[in-house]
Amino acid sequence: MKVNCNIDIKHLTRVEGHGSIQIRIEDGKVRKANWEVVETPRFFEAMLVGKHYENAPYICGRICGICSIGHTLASIRAIENGFEFTPSEQTGKLRILLKHMETLQSHILHLYFLAAPDFLGVGSVLPLVDTHPEVVQAALRLKLLANDMCDEVGGRRLHPTRTVVGGFTMLPDKYQLKNFQQRLKDSLADLTASADLFATFVIPVFQRETEFVSLKGEGDYPFIGGRLVSTDGVIKEEHEYRAMSNEYMADWSTSKLSRLSRKSLAVGALARLNNNFNGLGPPAREISEKLGLTPVNHNPFMNNVAQLVECVQVVMQSIEIIDTLLDTPWQEPKQRLEVKEGIGVGAVEVPRGILYHCLEFDKEGRIKKADCVIPTSQNHANIHHDIEDLAEWCVEQGKNDKEIELIAEMLVRAYDPCISCSVH
Amino acid sequence: MKTERTFLGVPIVKPKVGFFDLSSCEGCQLQMLNNEASLLDFLSLVEIVNFREGMKEKSDDYDIAFVEGSVTRADEEERLKIIRRNAGVVVALGSCACFGGVNQLKNRFNDLEWVKRQVYGDFPIETQEAKPISAFVKVDLEIYGCPIKKEEVEKIVTKLVLGQEITHPNYPVCMECKANENVCLFDLGEPCLGPVTRAGCDSWCPSNRMGCWGCRGPAPAANLKQLEKIAEQKNISKERLLDRLECFGGFGEAAREMRTKVEGGR
Ligand code: SF4
Ligand code: SF4
Repeated sequence: MKVNCNIDIKHLTRVEGHGSIQIRIEDGKVRKANWEVVETPRFFEAMLVGKHYENAPYICGRICGICSIGHTLASIRAIENGFEFTPSEQTGKLRILLKHMETLQSHILHLYFLAAPDFLGVGSVLPLVDTHPEVVQAALRLKLLANDMCDEVGGRRLHPTRTVVGGFTMLPDKYQLKNFQQRLKDSLADLTASADLFATFVIPVFQRETEFVSLKGEGDYPFIGGRLVSTDGVIKEEHEYRAMSNEYMADWSTSKLSRLSRKSLAVGALARLNNNFNGLGPPAREISEKLGLTPVNHNPFMNNVAQLVECVQVVMQSIEIIDTLLDTPWQEPKQRLEVKEGIGVGAVEVPRGILYHCLEFDKEGRIKKADCVIPTSQNHANIHHDIEDLAEWCVEQGKNDKEIELIAEMLVRAYDPCISCSVH
Repeated sequence: MKTERTFLGVPIVKPKVGFFDLSSCEGCQLQMLNNEASLLDFLSLVEIVNFREGMKEKSDDYDIAFVEGSVTRADEEERLKIIRRNAGVVVALGSCACFGGVNQLKNRFNDLEWVKRQVYGDFPIETQEAKPISAFVKVDLEIYGCPIKKEEVEKIVTKLVLGQEITHPNYPVCMECKANENVCLFDLGEPCLGPVTRAGCDSWCPSNRMGCWGCRGPAPAANLKQLEKIAEQKNISKERLLDRLECFGGFGEAAREMRTKVEGGR
């Protein structure tokens, strides 16, 4: 039987923001296969113009409710780089700890609340409360731990209050850090159980050759700053981010789009893992191998698995960071810095991929120009081309329209898109 | 509404609720999921029938609509009007919905064409001035904050479900800050809108040693002149005060007047 379908999903559910999928197949011929971004733009880059630099982290955090910590840190890094200021070691450690907990919080939210329901054949996490109570409880425990730690280190889990240019307004309590370290250790059991659960999920065997872009590790698994790399062999410095993201517009999207060596590129957990697999600690690596994820993997659905691997990685790293923080006496939370005319770029790996903020200042530190390149906007073109290939793949596999609809939705969800962020 | 549970022997109704997002960071919706410890209890109070960010099923049959975000495009205006028609109670969730939030910062340029060019160059894109939802439909209840405070929302929703009266504090953040025994930010040389901002957040920012940015809008008896005086005494520039007053849109006209003054004096 020839495959026929006409799918028109307006405002896809269980993703952040507004996007639509259209697939039309007639007699086994793909007539249309689109990913469309309809989100309303908010114009953050314009809002910042004329504002004093201290506004940037505060305002930019509001680009995204899920990765507000990442945006705040990217703005701070852009400013500090622009003023040629290097934060103290203590500040660096606290920032990465905070970043890790955002990654954990966001990945768990995505894996359990947004992605898992598809694999378990339900429409949301709600039915799982009754059918899989232990799964829901584990997810809530992990998310609570990550969020509680964000409160302790960043002041607030969403739109942090302690993170400022030069450092922190206030330091966490060491006694609390010690407790959190114990909770982190305990959480490994929940993560192992999560890995066992995900091992039972049937992941579509769909592949499309893709160029993956992320920060470049120097023997580590990087999250804040450094050089940029792609699986096609491109290497750039942080301040050359424009050469890596090459933003352009197209009529099917209110978000900007990106490309590098090919017609599209991908960023995110899978990209990070593909580029920096050797920087993973042994426990994360082991889980990755066990779940069949080794570089370079070109199956976009494996981004879910990569996120799970990263959960283990950030938990292990956080345990170590807390050890060094507990071993050293607290220094001043914040350093003064001198305002300089110039441009600064901050590249940060946020849950959905690499994020760049670029700010240009006048000599009083007022912002003359701002540019934010969001992970999901870098992914949109890749999602679009994946949908095209996925439609062909579904024809080959002889899928019916219900199956095609579900698998297309699952594909987009696997990218964990943050669409309001991408349009900002 | 379905009757399922009782409270003190009185049956309580479990209202159908929907969550909707206009232009926003979706953080306020996320705050609802950020209630890990009490999420399951909360879920037993209401029946969620529409929550695009969290579930696939959707229904247009709901009693209470929580609307997050501000209106910045014609299609959002339309969606909002449909929501209003369907819902018995419309709740503005968060500062974007209540005042325009950070989105209204673009309005200060009074030139949308410039704003568009700044981000998209000559590429055609549709936008209008960011406005609160009350500019288009009747709003029954406002929940302030950027982000909303989850404990406060749960309290409010519980009262809504039980049919109790909902009141917001009429004193400023400063009172909560004093009760929390924080060091005053002004004494640390930092600006703070605590003296003029509506309380209810338990002085969230000052308790973390960050001055208040006024995300909950003005307290009923806000005395801006007094605030300007304190800032002047502490050597804090008008511009820094203005940055905060205009950040979320809650101080509306007062912030706009101050901008004219600051720009005139530059
Ligand atoms: S009020 Fe703040 S947290 Fe809520 S949606 Fe708007 S920007 Fe996000
Ligand atoms: S202290 Fe001010 S800015 Fe912070 S949450 Fe409260 S009202 Fe909002």
